[in-house]
Amino acid sequence: MDVIVCVKHVPETAEADIKIGASGKTIEKSGLVFDINEWDDYALEEAVRLKEKFGGTVTAITMGGQDAESTLRKCLARGADQAIRLTDPKFEGSDGYATAKILAKVVKNLPFNLILTGAQADDDGYGVVGPALAELIGVPHATMVKKIELSGQVARVNRELEGGFEEIVEVGLPAVLAVQTGINEPRYVSIMGTRKAMQKEVKIVDLTGTGLGDGDVGEAGSWIKVEKMYVPPVEKQAEFLKGTPDDVASKIVEILKAKGVI
Amino acid sequence: MPEIFVLAEHRQGQLRDITFEMMTKGRELAQKTGSELVAVLFGKDVKAHAKALAEHANKVLLVEDARMENFNSDAYQKAITQLIGERKPLLTLIGHTSYGLDLAPSLAVSLEMPLATDCIDIGFENETLTVTRQMYGGKVNVTSSLRKAQSYVATVRQAAFQVKSEAPLNGQIIEVPSPLSEETAGKRFVQYVPPPPGGVDIAAAPVLVGVGRGIKDVSNIPVVEELAKTLGGVLACSRPIVDKGWLPTDRQVGSSGKTVKPKLYLALGISGAFQHILGMKASDLIIAVNKDPKAPIFGVADYGVVDDLFKIVGPLKNKTQEIKGHK
Repeated sequence: MDVIVCVKHVPETAEADIKIGASGKTIEKSGLVFDINEWDDYALEEAVRLKEKFGGTVTAITMGGQDAESTLRKCLARGADQAIRLTDPKFEGSDGYATAKILAKVVKNLPFNLILTGAQADDDGYGVVGPALAELIGVPHATMVKKIELSGQVARVNRELEGGFEEIVEVGLPAVLAVQTGINEPRYVSIMGTRKAMQKEVKIVDLTGTGLGDGDVGEAGSWIKVEKMYVPPVEKQAEFLKGTPDDVASKIVEILKAKGVI
Repeated sequence: MPEIFVLAEHRQGQLRDITFEMMTKGRELAQKTGSELVAVLFGKDVKAHAKALAEHANKVLLVEDARMENFNSDAYQKAITQLIGERKPLLTLIGHTSYGLDLAPSLAVSLEMPLATDCIDIGFENETLTVTRQMYGGKVNVTSSLRKAQSYVATVRQAAFQVKSEAPLNGQIIEVPSPLSEETAGKRFVQYVPPPPGGVDIAAAPVLVGVGRGIKDVSNIPVVEELAKTLGGVLACSRPIVDKGWLPTDRQVGSSGKTVKPKLYLALGISGAFQHILGMKASDLIIAVNKDPKAPIFGVADYGVVDDLFKIVGPLKNKTQEIKGHK
């Protein structure tokens, strides 16, 4: 069972203070902590578990600059056998479609039974790469995957639907599965694993290495581009309760009393 | 006349809300672009759905085939590819749902139609599709333009558009023969898995204390649970808490969990991803505590506290107990 896992190096923004950059098209990235995209973290864990169960290899691929290498090192430390970083100034500005085109050229030269991606990335939230890649390389796919069972050349997967429902579907291998968060419990990396990972080589592939042209990648090869980024307008703004924690707690209790909650 | 397609979404005999939300937006776009609004419906024995859609559309294209009784991205892609090829719609709207996420990207790649996903607004500028989306978990909005093309695909966020009551269009229902052949598709639907029975019914609780990433560690669950009990309610949570295994699935509020309307929803350390907000925004009273003053949760909350939730939990529990003790 050879598994390729596609991962993205993204800023952690859930609890960070986000500022829009001077260009008005990106956020201010300085001061933010970057890590593996949350969805991809689960995909990586799933890839390693499949290797442990069925044997074979795990290849981690990312696209990004030198800083993205830390995410690949994490993949190696967690059980990936090899890592590939796709990097070229021309790749910048690639949307999900352009990224899928680049990946399609690279995975073509690798052995695989399964390609795992996250269902979406935490930064742009396109949710396109996995199924777009599947279509480009001509294999079936399933997205929002919450469980994977393999038997022979068939993957039986649970897909998350709305309202707490799931559906079970079967796809033939090879296939691309886009993984939803919560599918497993990603493991912690041992210090030993981290040390070993530092010694492994990360293969670099640039535009020439993909065989694509300038017009296939980056903004030129993308469907969608950001024109303007802005703070979301609020329809309603909460009335902020201020003061010491004790003051605030008293104010909340007064509100709850007035509304008949307590 | 140009056309705008809306792909109807249904599951287990019910048209999903997203379908009507897309019909509302589709109708507005059809008016602006001088197009006809065309609902596209796939399924088996779904004539009743076709009639419901016809009220809101200029036309309904109906393909009935047992292989599309349940959603199957493979079968759907083949069927809609034929319709798009024949009718060349300006735009095809698909829900940004589990079904839409499974269909739209591969469809767009296969037909080389530019795709915008998870749109909260959609328009045309100079015959080019322009959309509004969110990035970074809803902390920023983005206006994006698409590459110029004859035909576009966009997936539409749930609840981004309010269904309007408008004069019925009473469109014509056109039955189209199924293009699906006997050959087995690359994907096979097996069955639905309903949510596990039992557990706590958070939808029935008068008070919910919802916790999110801000609680930091599973060891902090008991202290917030104590507060929930003191307030006469139960603990609920946002998705990351269930993903981490800190609380069971039946406590999850949001589009992939439960929709709740308690008398009080106290959100602790929840930033307010739209999936979560969808599930709790109808609560009578919403109070949110979060360290980030720009957290989207403050856009739906009645009252907000910008602070570390753990500083508030203790005093709030004590003061609630005092009040209750005096009653």
